[in-house]
Amino acid sequence: MSAPESLGRHPVRAVRRPEMGFKERVYLVEVWRGLRITFRHLLVNLYRHARRAAGWAGLPGAVTIQYPDDPAVVAKRARTRHRLLKREDGTPRCVACMLCETVCPAKCIQIVSSESPEVMIEKRPKSFQIDLGLCVFCGYCVEACPEDAIRMDTGQVEMASFSREGMLWKMPDLLGERSRPQ
Amino acid sequence: MSEPLFTLIKVGAAVGMGMNIAGLLGWVERKQSAVMQDRIGANRASILGFTVLGLFHPLADLIKMVTKEDFVPPRGMRLWHWTAPALSLACSLLCLAALPYGDVLVWGGRAHSLQPVPLNAGLLFVLAMLSLGVHGVVMAGWSSGSAYANLGGLRAAAQMISYEVSLLVTLAAPLYVYGTLDLAQAVRWQAHPLLGPIPAWGIFLQPLAFILFLTAGAAETKRAPFDLPEGESEIVGYFVEYSGMKFGMFLTNDFIESIVLAGMTTALFLGGWHLPGLWRLGLPQAAAALVGVAVFFAKMLAVLFLLMQIRWTLPRFRFDQLLALGWKNLLPLAMLNFLLTAWGTFLLR
Repeated sequence: MSAPESLGRHPVRAVRRPEMGFKERVYLVEVWRGLRITFRHLLVNLYRHARRAAGWAGLPGAVTIQYPDDPAVVAKRARTRHRLLKREDGTPRCVACMLCETVCPAKCIQIVSSESPEVMIEKRPKSFQIDLGLCVFCGYCVEACPEDAIRMDTGQVEMASFSREGMLWKMPDLLGERSRPQ
Repeated sequence: MSEPLFTLIKVGAAVGMGMNIAGLLGWVERKQSAVMQDRIGANRASILGFTVLGLFHPLADLIKMVTKEDFVPPRGMRLWHWTAPALSLACSLLCLAALPYGDVLVWGGRAHSLQPVPLNAGLLFVLAMLSLGVHGVVMAGWSSGSAYANLGGLRAAAQMISYEVSLLVTLAAPLYVYGTLDLAQAVRWQAHPLLGPIPAWGIFLQPLAFILFLTAGAAETKRAPFDLPEGESEIVGYFVEYSGMKFGMFLTNDFIESIVLAGMTTALFLGGWHLPGLWRLGLPQAAAALVGVAVFFAKMLAVLFLLMQIRWTLPRFRFDQLLALGWKNLLPLAMLNFLLTAWGTFLLR
């Protein structure tokens, strides 16, 4: 089957399926090649397991992460649990502009604003809570924030709770003054 | 010791060995596949905090299977639904009793064969029992009262009967060379020297037959890459309607058929209990016979290991590929091998 050289301005490239030669048809050669790969993995991994069991340093014999026993490994850029940042004087950076609350597609952020005592800052959050039971971890709140007051870089993924109240993260929890909602 | 009692002990030991190795094979299957896929494998079942490399998992499996609901579908046939796994398992367990585990043991001035049931046509017996296993499979499919199970059973029967032809024709060549149907005699024949230190094992005399036998045997015992009758979670097989220990019996049956296949390979191609150069040590007769049993088991386990490795390396065949391989490739090759063997022996004599 031959394909036309070009179709209008878009060139068409015919990809030929690889055909089986005599070696592949006999299959025993291919079986041998496959077995060589699997045997290599088996022996190398067994050697590494044995080395580790003997207490010597070396590469691990498996890539398995035994999660509940070992900590979860999350990529640095992964969007994880939110945190609120503080200014140098310790007050929250948030100015209660409501941009994150507005942009949130899951409507999980609720901010109550109040007047700020400082002259140059108009408002501050009286309360700031995120319902992590609703949050979809899209990261729009981080993008929307003009003050760099909210980030999703804690690397924490264990947020499950037995109650709905336990999923409501309030300002002290998000600022890191409490480890999780009480 | 009286002869019947000794036979009873031997058969009991063979069957017990089969059941235990079958249980362990479940563990080997999990761990071997895990290690070659850079994983760890099942390691959570623990007794008092000891996991022992996951060795308790077969035990946990057994407890699960025994305590699960034993379900017979309302449209199924109760009697045959119960008989099918028992028939399958009984057939493959009977094969275990006919394998030649060891040579003759001279004890108390009398010679005892270490083969549980010394038959002069042991090979025919094993092959007959393996083919009777088809009945259990078809029965399971038919009595489930489900069209899927029925089709699965028919598919399995087509596969097993197809490969049985190849298996028999393949075995014709080594049998022609050994000149006996007695498995123990075949092992004794292979103990002859062939070329210098190399013994006349079937694998050296009949390499093609060895490969064909392993292939056809893996298909006959429904092992991957020919596991279409079972197809774990992907294909609806003949035991869809089975649960609990009846399902467990089919599973065990599978492993025991593997053990029988490995034992047959050892006896017919790998020289059985024979170890070259063992006679130089000058062991007493009884000790040599027992070492022979150990040698047989070592060879058998090595074949099982190889089968397991192949099972986790190759992708599954399609059904038309499977039948084409059996009828169009294995059978002509087996016939050719037989003809060459016959001509070769005629010329060499």
